Amino acid sequence: MDLDPVRISLMGLPGVAVLWALTLAAFGVFGFRAWQLIGLLLKARPENRFDQPGKRVLYFARHVLLQPRLFNERSIGLPHFLIFWGFVVYVVCFNWSLVRGLAPALPAPYPDEVGVAAFFLDVFSVAVIVSLGAAVVRRVFFPPAHLHLSWDANLILTLIGILMLTTLFGAGFRLVGEGKTWSGWTPFGSMAAAAFAKMPVESAHGWAKGMWWMHMVTVLFFLVYLPYSKHLHLLASPFNVFFGNLRPAGDLGIAGGSEEMAAGSTKWSEFTWKQLLSGFSCAECGRCDRACPAATAGFPLEPQQLVQKLKKHIIGAGLAKNGNGSPKLIGETITEDEIWACTTCMSCMERCAVLNEQLPIIIQLRRHLVTEGQMAKTVQDALNNFNRYGNSFGKSDRMRAKWTQPLGWKVKDARKEPVEYLWFVGDYASFDPRLEEITRKTANTFKAGGVDFGLLYEGERNAGNDVRRIGEEGLFEMLRDKNLQAMAKAKFKTIVTTDPHAFNTLKNEYKFEDDSVTVVHYTELLDQLVQEGKLQVARKVAGKVTYHDPCYLGRYNNIYEPARRVLKAVGAELVEMPRSFNRSYCCGAGGGRIWMEDVEGVKERPSESRVREAAALGVTTLVVACPKDSVMFQDALKTAGLEGKLAIKDVIDLVEEATRPS
Amino acid sequence: MDILVLMKVVPDVVEELEVGSDGKSLDTGFLRTILNERDDHALEQALLLKDKHGGKVTLLTLDAPDIDDVLFTALAKGADRAVKICGAGSVSSTQMAARLFGETIAKTPGLLPVDLVLTGVSAIDDLDGLLAAPIAQKLGWPYAGVVTQATLADKTATVVKEFAGGVRGEYDVPTPAVLGIQAAEKPPRYVPVAKVRAAMKSQTIESVDAPAVEAAAGVEVQQMAKPRVTGHAEMLEGSADEVADKLCELLAKRGLL
Amino acid sequence: MANIWVLAEAGRGQVSEITFELLALGREVATQSGAPLEAVLLGSNARELAQKLGAADTVLYADNAALADPVPENAATALAQLIGEKQPAAVLVPLTNLSVDVGVVLAAQLGVPFLNYCKDLKADGGNLTATCVLYGGKMEAAVTAAAKPAIIGILPGARSVEQGRSDKPANITDVAVSLAAPKVRFKKYLEPETSDVDITQKDFLVAVGRGIQTRDNIELAEELAATMGGAVCGSRPVIDQGWLGLSRQVGKSGMLVKPKLYVTLGISGAPEHVEGMKNSQCIIAVNTDAAAPIFNVAHYGIVGDALEIAPALIEKIKARKG
Ligand SMILES: Cc1cc2nc3c(=O)[nH]c(=O)nc-3n(C[C@H](O)[C@H](O)[C@H](O)COP(=O)(O)OP(=O)(O)OC[C@H]3O[C@@H](n4cnc5c(N)ncnc54)[C@H](O)[C@@H]3O)c2cc1C
Ligand code: SF4
Ligand code: SF4
Repeated sequence: MDLDPVRISLMGLPGVAVLWALTLAAFGVFGFRAWQLIGLLLKARPENRFDQPGKRVLYFARHVLLQPRLFNERSIGLPHFLIFWGFVVYVVCFNWSLVRGLAPALPAPYPDEVGVAAFFLDVFSVAVIVSLGAAVVRRVFFPPAHLHLSWDANLILTLIGILMLTTLFGAGFRLVGEGKTWSGWTPFGSMAAAAFAKMPVESAHGWAKGMWWMHMVTVLFFLVYLPYSKHLHLLASPFNVFFGNLRPAGDLGIAGGSEEMAAGSTKWSEFTWKQLLSGFSCAECGRCDRACPAATAGFPLEPQQLVQKLKKHIIGAGLAKNGNGSPKLIGETITEDEIWACTTCMSCMERCAVLNEQLPIIIQLRRHLVTEGQMAKTVQDALNNFNRYGNSFGKSDRMRAKWTQPLGWKVKDARKEPVEYLWFVGDYASFDPRLEEITRKTANTFKAGGVDFGLLYEGERNAGNDVRRIGEEGLFEMLRDKNLQAMAKAKFKTIVTTDPHAFNTLKNEYKFEDDSVTVVHYTELLDQLVQEGKLQVARKVAGKVTYHDPCYLGRYNNIYEPARRVLKAVGAELVEMPRSFNRSYCCGAGGGRIWMEDVEGVKERPSESRVREAAALGVTTLVVACPKDSVMFQDALKTAGLEGKLAIKDVIDLVEEATRPS
Repeated sequence: MDILVLMKVVPDVVEELEVGSDGKSLDTGFLRTILNERDDHALEQALLLKDKHGGKVTLLTLDAPDIDDVLFTALAKGADRAVKICGAGSVSSTQMAARLFGETIAKTPGLLPVDLVLTGVSAIDDLDGLLAAPIAQKLGWPYAGVVTQATLADKTATVVKEFAGGVRGEYDVPTPAVLGIQAAEKPPRYVPVAKVRAAMKSQTIESVDAPAVEAAAGVEVQQMAKPRVTGHAEMLEGSADEVADKLCELLAKRGLL
Repeated sequence: MANIWVLAEAGRGQVSEITFELLALGREVATQSGAPLEAVLLGSNARELAQKLGAADTVLYADNAALADPVPENAATALAQLIGEKQPAAVLVPLTNLSVDVGVVLAAQLGVPFLNYCKDLKADGGNLTATCVLYGGKMEAAVTAAAKPAIIGILPGARSVEQGRSDKPANITDVAVSLAAPKVRFKKYLEPETSDVDITQKDFLVAVGRGIQTRDNIELAEELAATMGGAVCGSRPVIDQGWLGLSRQVGKSGMLVKPKLYVTLGISGAPEHVEGMKNSQCIIAVNTDAAAPIFNVAHYGIVGDALEIAPALIEKIKARKG
């Protein structure tokens, strides 16, 4: 008996012809949409993501095929992994079925005629039906806060349900049609068959074919619908990953980017194609929102929404007849407060499953605002100070090394005599009166450890990390060039910095004339001194402490261990906070936020959340490795009511205490 | 509506100031200068008026080291033309500066006509006068100082001047007029470094020769010195009543009560 | 030496306090030079105000309808006429927003310098020597004022108000001036907006910090501020608590203020706060901790409980104001 579903006549037409017509129509619409979207990418600004193809393939294999990032949210990782692979196999089966249907002459069976494939489809469909059931229950009875119950999502779920039911029942009717009641390859289909065992064979044939057609039509509809829905990410994200960023995350430079990028972006065509692709690739999973300190604190920023708004704008404005009439990106779609709320902590990018790059998008928007002069007065003052004095404190550059005066010994001037280490002290460590003591301890400890080091004295300028992240690209370049000029006059091998922000920008965004120059953070140098025995622990420091990973050291540059090793070496008992290592929680100062006031609606400042987290561990001390963290957390202790209960100390405080000669 | 903005640089007091070897003036060795803050406000007010009414904003300054940076920044912010008066040397007298500006405005072809001349109402180095009034006198134009708001309508500028305690006064000033600006309606705008660089490439600064003017007289510095600063508060001791009394005394002496 | 003149500042039915400061200073100079001290009052129907200037040997009172409103041009023209008649040696002008324009327009009309930022003045023989505050207070210069007449702008606070008040009946001489219609026309006074206080515009600020302890205690600060027509502002933790609105925050992430008087109650003096207030003309700090960094920026310091000092101060100020 003939069970081939295409060998029927539909409205007087041969089934094959109908299938061809449907397939061509579906692929036609799909192709048109794809062409539209790719067309938009082609009109965007350039960015070179075509280098290192080998590395890209590996990158793709890792993040698309293995998805390690998804596994760090346990409840999602495995299900997503299984769904993904199930989906891949399913798509293979579908295409097989489609091709076979289109070319009846092919001497090949349908997938459900092949035992293994049939078995997979059978089990897969039931698994999916069960998960769907669970999803429906969850959505209806326990809607999770971060999931948006959209019309779109419900439609998709319904379509998937239809697909699975038609697979399952298709197998059942087929069995009945074949006059069987049981097949080991399709155990669940057999159960369906049992339910219809009394059905005449003829009708079972009809139903089996019906199921096949319904299935095909649904999938073809899916194909048409997909690129118009949130499931566009299924198509875009693999490319997004393949073209992902292989440069250091801490470098905001755009490979092959055009110069006009420096002036910012305010409409879709002013972003790079890769930035637009981020919009298409977002799965709306909300992982970034959950990691975002701004969103958590109640600032009006959610990276997911930001990416979604960009996507909406790209499609809305990009495909509109003459581009007019659609809402403006800045102001009407994304608010200025939203753009300024980001602390540039990198959590979103660290977490995004499809490797989106939210930060460069935010920076593009900021650059536009800076070009227009639209920013808080406090930021403007800070920028003016950077411009004129080279620091945000508005103090004379001649005062930069004033902290050295009480030392009682002269720190070398690296511009006058050669040194091994050039110590780039940074603004906060140099100018903030509360930090001077810490800075002097660092100097004394370096000296005790026999480090041959010097300063640039008044030649040092702010490194420009924050300036660049505020979006003032021209000022960043100016600061960088001035520092490079001053450094060109000095002789040194390695730069050691106090400030992780300076560290990041010097390491990733400066081009040194002498490319053997390396940049290290002072915790790395301390670690080395302790390891080499140059710093001897004279007395152990007692007590339980916890350590805050600075964003710009950890997530940005993957440096987690040196400070921890040092803390252990000096005798501290290190307890980890729940949010540590790459999940460390931002103090809220980055990206220029330190010069901005909170907006209404902020529930708990990131810094307060962080000191509470530390205090909850029952430790005596929260150890930091960044001058700005000292300031932020000292302040947060007051507002969180933790004064006297928790101490904020710099790594150097403990090291100095432990190694100071008695 | 065309506006002329007069600007000058003053010593930057963020830097340590020292008395020069003559004992009467600042040591110029380490001196750094900065645009007079109120002139920046005058510029902003001019740009706000330009944004609203159109017209051209022309900058006029006395030549000084670093003045080009000041002018390019102002051009980048939206001024249309920059002219500097060269050859007068370093002018420390405001009276002299007023004469140089007044003569230049009156004599240089192409500077006039304008509807308004704006300048900062005062500067931290204005020892022997304020700039605006003598220039208005020279041009025979009306003058209003301590202005915090200005709007322009046909041949009249309506300005708001600030008095004590938040009370303000509104005046009608027939144009052309000279205004001394205390503060612009909005804080001076930020101009990104890239725009300043672009201005440096695309715009030019014109020079005119300083006119011959009579030297300033009538005020002579005998001696200059840094006031004594302790770096720590003078501590008042005693019971609450006693310190309150002492405080009132001090406030009264400082003219604050 | 010829007469020393003080330009009296009067407006809206009141003599400004600075007038008395100038009278006190003028008296010293007049004594040193052996010349009479004369106050010049320009106004309309203001004889009553002239009565208050008994500290001067003579009050030259010009009554003219054109002098009713604050029109610097009229006042300067009137002064110039009087100067032409009476040839004083010096005219002391209050450096206030209201009077400074009179001084500069007068100087421009007469073609003489306007000696600015003067905080002290001495007469020695026929010479006047002024101490002037330059570069935002970073320098002081001793300056001879040789112009005839010397038009000198006197900073507020040169002498105390008390010294310049007198119960003596004023010796009033009426003088006549003729004034044409001015070019600049006064339209109206604009009253301060009461809705939201702009702390950057206040001469007197009481700043509260965490040392104020509770929301209710803010009232105490309000009361103190009210004694001198000032406003209350605060450090960030106080704003965070919601005790004061965001527009009242002083500091790095708040407002930049430069009032004449800034009194802190329980503020430690963190750099972020100091950044916003360090340019105040006079800073008084009250803090229980003698080592609080605020004492490094304050001019006067009191180690004590703000909750005790503030009420005492309110009482004394009220008593003084009568
Ligand atoms: C990025 C950033 C931006 C900031 N921006 C600002 C800003 O714009 N403005 C600002 O103010 N702060 C700002 N801060 C906060 C700043 O660092 C300080 O934490 C804050 O200024 C401290 O406020 P305070 O002096 O009221 O509190 P504290 O520092 O806790 O001081 C309270 C003081 O009150 C004294 N005291 C206690 N009881 C009494 C009493 N009964 N009588 C008298 N004195 C008493 C104590 O001795 C103590 O000195 C910022 C911080 C950061 C990190
Ligand atoms: S960088 Fe940090 S603050 Fe900014 S959007 Fe991403 S997670 Fe949020
Ligand atoms: S941007 Fe990335 S992490 Fe954020 S919602 Fe989209 S896919 Fe998820």
